[in-house]
Amino acid sequence: MPTISTSKYQYITCDPNKCVGCQLCEYICSYTKTGVFNTYRSRIRTVRAHKILMTAVACRTCEDAPCVIACPRSALTQDAVTGIIHIDASRCDGCAWCIEACDFGAISINPETKLAEICDQCEDEEEGPQCVKWCPKEALELTTPDRRAQRSRRKLAIEEVLGQ
Amino acid sequence: MYGYSGKILHIDLTERKTWVESKPEAWYKLYIGGVSMATRLCWENIEVGCDPLDPGNPICMAAGVFAGTPVAVGGKYGLASKSPLTGFIGDSLSGSWTSVALKRTGWDGIVVHGASEEWVNVFVDDDKVEFRNADHLLGMTTTETEETICEELADDQVRSATIGPAGENLARIANVSNDGRKAGRTGHGAVWGSKKLKALSLRGTHNVEVADPDTLLALAYDIQQASQGPHTQKYRILGTSSNVLNMNRLGLLPTRNYQEGVFEDAELVSGEYLHEHYKAKTIACAQCPIACEQVGHVKEGPYEGAMGHIEYESLYALAPNCGLNHFPAVIQAITNCNEFGLDTMSTGVTISWALECYERGIFTKEDFKCAKYPEGFEANFGSNEAVVTLTEMIANREGYMGDLLAEGTRRASAKVDQERGTETYQWAMNIKGLEAPGYDARTLKTFALGLAAGTRGACHNRTAAYDPDIKGQVDRFSVDETRGGLAKSTEEYAAVYDTLPLCKFIRRCFTGKADRAGAWPAIAKLINATTGWDFGYDEVDLIGERAHTIKKAFNIREGWTREDDHLPYRWQHDKMKVGPSAGYVVTDEELEYLKDIYYEAKGWTKEGLIPKEKLIALGMDDVAEEIGV
Repeated sequence: MPTISTSKYQYITCDPNKCVGCQLCEYICSYTKTGVFNTYRSRIRTVRAHKILMTAVACRTCEDAPCVIACPRSALTQDAVTGIIHIDASRCDGCAWCIEACDFGAISINPETKLAEICDQCEDEEEGPQCVKWCPKEALELTTPDRRAQRSRRKLAIEEVLGQ
Repeated sequence: MYGYSGKILHIDLTERKTWVESKPEAWYKLYIGGVSMATRLCWENIEVGCDPLDPGNPICMAAGVFAGTPVAVGGKYGLASKSPLTGFIGDSLSGSWTSVALKRTGWDGIVVHGASEEWVNVFVDDDKVEFRNADHLLGMTTTETEETICEELADDQVRSATIGPAGENLARIANVSNDGRKAGRTGHGAVWGSKKLKALSLRGTHNVEVADPDTLLALAYDIQQASQGPHTQKYRILGTSSNVLNMNRLGLLPTRNYQEGVFEDAELVSGEYLHEHYKAKTIACAQCPIACEQVGHVKEGPYEGAMGHIEYESLYALAPNCGLNHFPAVIQAITNCNEFGLDTMSTGVTISWALECYERGIFTKEDFKCAKYPEGFEANFGSNEAVVTLTEMIANREGYMGDLLAEGTRRASAKVDQERGTETYQWAMNIKGLEAPGYDARTLKTFALGLAAGTRGACHNRTAAYDPDIKGQVDRFSVDETRGGLAKSTEEYAAVYDTLPLCKFIRRCFTGKADRAGAWPAIAKLINATTGWDFGYDEVDLIGERAHTIKKAFNIREGWTREDDHLPYRWQHDKMKVGPSAGYVVTDEELEYLKDIYYEAKGWTKEGLIPKEKLIALGMDDVAEEIGV
């Protein structure tokens, strides 16, 4: 059983309590990264696991990312500062080992190029991640696990103490 | 061509063959998509005069212009067949991922002909079509069917439109379901069942090509931002169920089979009560940023585990209209309808007719025998168990009552009246065979006209004529010479949204007002960025008139006459005793006058037929040739 890595880096999270399953994040990602409207080309993926359970998953920028380790052609590298995984298209041959290595299902193969693709947090976009910008319910957020934990503690405290 | 592929896929279930039909751009400019294109495909492919459950009645599915793009609320498709309830056009819409999958298969529309000998799941996998045996899917609920197909095809991104047991058993009030949303009204489920089509599955992986994606994206962003503002607040917080208390206040809430318009326990079955006690989650249709759908969940008691999509229309029909004030039972009844593939509205209104018949002594306990209650059961208004059990019986056509009610109010009452010499048709709340919606029309006189003239029967979605009545733009208790024009104007306004299709809940997000002046120019921009066309206000406005005209033309060719534009007996003869609507009916004189001024406003003859020159002016020359006068 592989150990699920945690991250000190920021990544795009989805709050399933806020997510309504509209899938607009996929449209925007697809267009931003590939110039076409096709949710199969999205690097963030929505999940409808139940009538009332919907969420979205993108790269979690694991520390010592298993996908980077798994790549037999050294096509994947991780930015030491941001944790963002970069895929060198000239080295990737679409073998999908990175997909198998990812515990979050956050990597996909582009159906046209047959090469691996992964969320890069729209690092080239001035406004940051476009899915976050577009999410109508503010369910998506670029944040760190620590920050999420802080917020959970705060919420718990308010609920328990103030009963709100 | 942008926004369209120019191709329609034909699937023949009898011969198990497929073919592709090319359509010119001019055809798309006339019929656009959604209900209009679906109806036009039905017009072109039906065996005129066929029984709706015969193989000659095609299933016609039409994509939306904006499906598969980020344009808010554009993830809908149109579905049309001849309705097994009305014998006229049955055109439905569903907000669903099916619409997006359809768009990405590259087919602008799909027409299913004939009938299969064995139960079949048709899988449209981009360009390929596979006929898969569906015997093992029989009896499954709509959700189970969808999930099982995803498992079998090993792909969660396959989208399936399915029927439940109700459609398999040819219940005329059965619907078609996809990811929790329905092509709900006019009995599509029975048409699918008659063809032994359990499910139509779609996997579309193609890009959706639009003419000017950057412009479209910018426009879409603005609309999305506006969609989170005050104009959709009602939908986002409480959903459509907020109408329960509003309609109750106005004396318009159908209560105990439309005997009254005020329900003493409305509070207990209101959107507010749902929100407080039973709401599990708010969810959205495909590519919809508004998210109005309230999922209700029962966590304890005899109906523990029930989880259904709670809309106003489902609520009025199964709660006040059946006299129920116990929300868990209502959620169970709605869940049953969702899962068995029944239209909640027609089901609720048909059940309420049966309850009234029971209370008036037409039916006895024995008439309600079933496996669960071998001696039958008491079927009074307000009986939770009666209503919940009847939804199961209808879906399975179980026992005398299940089989009878599966036919809908018009056929059920006719059968009973013939067998027993009764006059139960007087309580059968339908127009053209389609059960009435959740707004009592005795004191909504413009709306009464809109419903009476409605091409698919008593549908509040196709005529928006309640708007001027409820807003106080006109006196809703009386009639005057403006109503013909208003009925025309509101139905064609609605038809623009149903054709693109865009969900009408976005209608105030363009300028803040639900009118043409703000919306049409904005919608024209969206159409132009998608298709590369040069539409303006007038072209958008014509979308609605043409959509309505092709539906009307379909009905005329199937034998429509002026007498078919009627109202339920009760709305014309029975006065309510309490509330703001007490004492009113729509008289024969009023109805005939309203029809006269409506046909005149439409530019039709006194008999309600369409002059040739009118059709030619709309660019529908071939229609003019067949039914123009």
